[in-house]
Amino acid sequence: MTMIPTIGLEVHVQLKSKTKIFCGCELKFASPPNSQVCPVCLGLPGVLPVLNQEVFNLGLRAVLAMNGTVSKKIKFDRKNYYYPDLPKGYQISQFDCPLGQGGFIELASRKKVKLNRAHLEEDAGKLIHDQSPDSSLVDLNRAGTPLLEIVSEPEIDSPEEAYEYLTNLKAILKSVGVSECDMEKGHLRCDANVSVRKNTSDKLGRRVEIKNLNSFKAVKAAIEHEIKRQSEAVNAGQIIAQETRLWDDAREKTFTMRSKEEAHDYRYFPEPDLVPFSVAEEVIEAARKALPELPKAKRERFIKEYGLSEYDAVLLTGEIGIAQFFESTVKLNSNFKAVANWMTGPVFAYLGENNKNIEETKLSPALLIGILNLVQENKVSLQAAKEKIFPDVIAQGREAKEVMKEKGLEQVSDDSAIEGWIQEAIQANPKVVQDYKSGKETAAMFLVGQTMKKSQGKANPGKVLELMKKALNAHA
Amino acid sequence: MSDIDLKHIARLSRLHLTDEEIRYFQTQVAQILAFVDKLKEVDVKDVEPTSHPLALQNVFREDTVVPSLAIEEFLKKSPRARGRFFEVPKIIEDNA
Amino acid sequence: MELNQLTAYQLAELYQKNGCTQKDAVDSLKKAIETKDRDARQIHAYVTAENLSPRHRKAEKTSKPSLWGVPIAIKDNICVEGEEITCGSKILKGFVSPYNATVIEKLLNAGAIVLGRTNMDEFAFGSSCETSCYGPTRNPRDPERVPGGSSGGSAAAVADHTAIAALGSDTGGSIRQPAAFCGVVGMKPTYGRVSRYGLIAFASSLDQIGPITKDVRDNAMILNAIAGYDTKDSSSANVPVPDYMEFLGKSIKGMKIGKPKEYFAAGLGGETEKIINQSIDKLKSLGAEIVDVSLPHTSYSVNVYYIVAPSEASSNLARFDGVRFGFRDKSAKTLLEMYENSRGQGFGAEVKRRIILGTYSLSSGYYDAYYLKAMKVRTKIKDDFDQAFKKVDAIVTPTAPSPAFKLGEKTTNPLEMYLSDIYTISANLAGVPAISLPCGLASKLPIGIQFMGKPFDEGNLYKLAHAFEQAK
Repeated sequence: MTMIPTIGLEVHVQLKSKTKIFCGCELKFASPPNSQVCPVCLGLPGVLPVLNQEVFNLGLRAVLAMNGTVSKKIKFDRKNYYYPDLPKGYQISQFDCPLGQGGFIELASRKKVKLNRAHLEEDAGKLIHDQSPDSSLVDLNRAGTPLLEIVSEPEIDSPEEAYEYLTNLKAILKSVGVSECDMEKGHLRCDANVSVRKNTSDKLGRRVEIKNLNSFKAVKAAIEHEIKRQSEAVNAGQIIAQETRLWDDAREKTFTMRSKEEAHDYRYFPEPDLVPFSVAEEVIEAARKALPELPKAKRERFIKEYGLSEYDAVLLTGEIGIAQFFESTVKLNSNFKAVANWMTGPVFAYLGENNKNIEETKLSPALLIGILNLVQENKVSLQAAKEKIFPDVIAQGREAKEVMKEKGLEQVSDDSAIEGWIQEAIQANPKVVQDYKSGKETAAMFLVGQTMKKSQGKANPGKVLELMKKALNAHA
Repeated sequence: MSDIDLKHIARLSRLHLTDEEIRYFQTQVAQILAFVDKLKEVDVKDVEPTSHPLALQNVFREDTVVPSLAIEEFLKKSPRARGRFFEVPKIIEDNA
Repeated sequence: MELNQLTAYQLAELYQKNGCTQKDAVDSLKKAIETKDRDARQIHAYVTAENLSPRHRKAEKTSKPSLWGVPIAIKDNICVEGEEITCGSKILKGFVSPYNATVIEKLLNAGAIVLGRTNMDEFAFGSSCETSCYGPTRNPRDPERVPGGSSGGSAAAVADHTAIAALGSDTGGSIRQPAAFCGVVGMKPTYGRVSRYGLIAFASSLDQIGPITKDVRDNAMILNAIAGYDTKDSSSANVPVPDYMEFLGKSIKGMKIGKPKEYFAAGLGGETEKIINQSIDKLKSLGAEIVDVSLPHTSYSVNVYYIVAPSEASSNLARFDGVRFGFRDKSAKTLLEMYENSRGQGFGAEVKRRIILGTYSLSSGYYDAYYLKAMKVRTKIKDDFDQAFKKVDAIVTPTAPSPAFKLGEKTTNPLEMYLSDIYTISANLAGVPAISLPCGLASKLPIGIQFMGKPFDEGNLYKLAHAFEQAK
């Protein structure tokens, strides 16, 4: 029997403030253990939280960017449970009056995946289990890191939609500058709720929550696996248990989390140490107007304004840094297509190979234009530009012209020099010349290649072809 | 009221109670709750709950860095530490 | 007269005349603590009477009497950097605070000297100062009796002249009731008037720090120093602090004082009632107008309090888990054992009782019936005060239903103990300021009178209290 899956996603995004949500500790990645802590985030006796204004503003901007509504009354609540990574014995979160409600993320199919809510909360610390046989270690640097939890409605129908939802959500959050969204630094974490029902039934199946999803790929794979597992179980007449399962990336399977000794009872109640919050309508409207261009609008504009293909537009608007780089570059040289090709070609290849953001390289729009101009002015071949010049420019931040001169890559269009290399090629390949003479036209191309080689790629290929034909015909 | 699951509440509170304490608290907590039950008399229809005596709102701090604590000193007086970490009995990992 | 017997203001005046040095004052107090606190009476106002190290900061001597050079004792739930702080609990043994509470910063900046930590009911849960892990504090007026609680140590030290003045904290009467029992002056300021940063929380929406002093003038002088907005406490109010000393020595002629009929209903002890009524007559003779008012929901105060306070406390005390500081059962093999044993052994009976009560009130299925209901009734109690203060400038009541009771008298019946705060709790629920000062003796035991005021109107409470205190 065909089974229909229902998927909902809960995404935790780290907001990019300088300091933690309720204290002045700096948010630094990979600091020594317990170095970014103070009495407040250590949960020492007597301390009190005070909300970071920037965190609130970033959260507000995210809510608006996701088409959500800012709640009239916003308050914080305590979620009570004991765990060594939770210093106060409660997490400050939001229960019934979250920052944002509703909203949606649009997919390429024009489907709008509705959001339930978005709320602010503090992250817990980290536990390390593999450094000592009889103990676990507690590092509280991460405790108090500001998070926005974004909860979708269970309206996602496939693993592919889940992947696209996450990709689009990430692009939106990055474009409005609320988060770095660096998965490796844990800026974006996702839990998935998956259930299946028979196609003959309207009744939703029991919900299984999957945790430990460390990449969008893992989310997709875990959902695929979970749909298969649940479908098989239902078809075999089994009942799906409502439970939390963990994704094992290496084994590509989900596993039942060992059941806790007790059912959770978080005893939520209003956080008495923080006051309620509300945002005036004018402030919300001003924030909405101040939102930077969202990915979808940007994509459409790139197609219209720069005549790019949909494909190129998607690639160039996926990351805010890339889009900005592209727009700065085309201001210097309006050959939009050529700039797009350089970016989606050599630049993307370099970023991928080196696992870097464009901001982390030494490439600037002016430097890229430097290469482009050399090619356009026929001073250097495209091939030499890509293979010999570009790597030095992006890695060392050097001027293309300088690299060209140093490596002697300047294209030669001078007839006598080219004729010299042609003669060398002809003399070294008498058999090929014979072939040409006996009517094998393609033999000429081989000789052109040989000539280019002799010139170490410097000869103007158009000129070589023209002069080659002349030479071969004269030879006859 | 007399059938409060005191063992469950003690577990939620992470409090080890002796059997004697459980018996003792069972009666006392039931008495206090019976006393508190008097609140049932009060009509609170359409009444907003008071979480704060003052009607303050929108209290923020600036996003400015404050120096962190010197943890080495603090860890010396901590119940158990290892290197720069707090240390607790081994937690069996859920996905083990 | 020995320096320890002076009021803070008298000592400050002496400094103005260069009549003594700061060292003289500190030495006099240290000697008083060492010799009197542990004598045959076993007052035990301090958690420790030995090796007291005064803390102070270099501060410019002021041109008129101030807290400059005045030693002040601190309740053991207010953090002082570098000092062990226990809240009278075994679970905090060994914890040294790495920071100062905001009130300590303010005292030190004002030039005051922080000296000695006073005993209290464990985590401030109590009305008798009998539940501290250091043992009970006794009432200097009659060592057979309790000093009241939870700031019993602070009140006893001030009454016994082992402190010039002290800070206490008040969640349901913990400054006012011991002040009444010991015959001294205690002020619970408006919620938000004094920063709670560095006060180990009992019930966050009720707690306030306030001064316990020998007279009203000292009280105003200390509140001047500790009141004010604090960026570290979201619940502190950004309301200007007047000079409370300016309110002293003023006539209360024409001041309207409400007498809530519910507080004078049956149940008030005979002699206490008589003394309070005589005090009200005294107010009249000073020109005040006594107006009958009603606080109809006040009878539910204790009921509301015993939901709200334990609920907040059950969460506030979750951080005492043995992970980062304080006591841990080192023999625990598992995480759960570590939690349950450390907390089970570290907390005393009253603390456990309230944690259980609070956890129950917040637990699934009971939240609406208990916590939410109590928060709504709290709104009605607050509304009552708003209504009453439309008609009057202050409200007068007894501070406690009876004078100090005997040690052990109420320890077996928690409910009876809880009822000793019946007159003080509503000020915390409504967030209004309230002061207790001595108004007479019943069989040689002090009786306290309480004045409650409008929010942030501590100035007029001091005016009223000072006029009352000065009238013979």
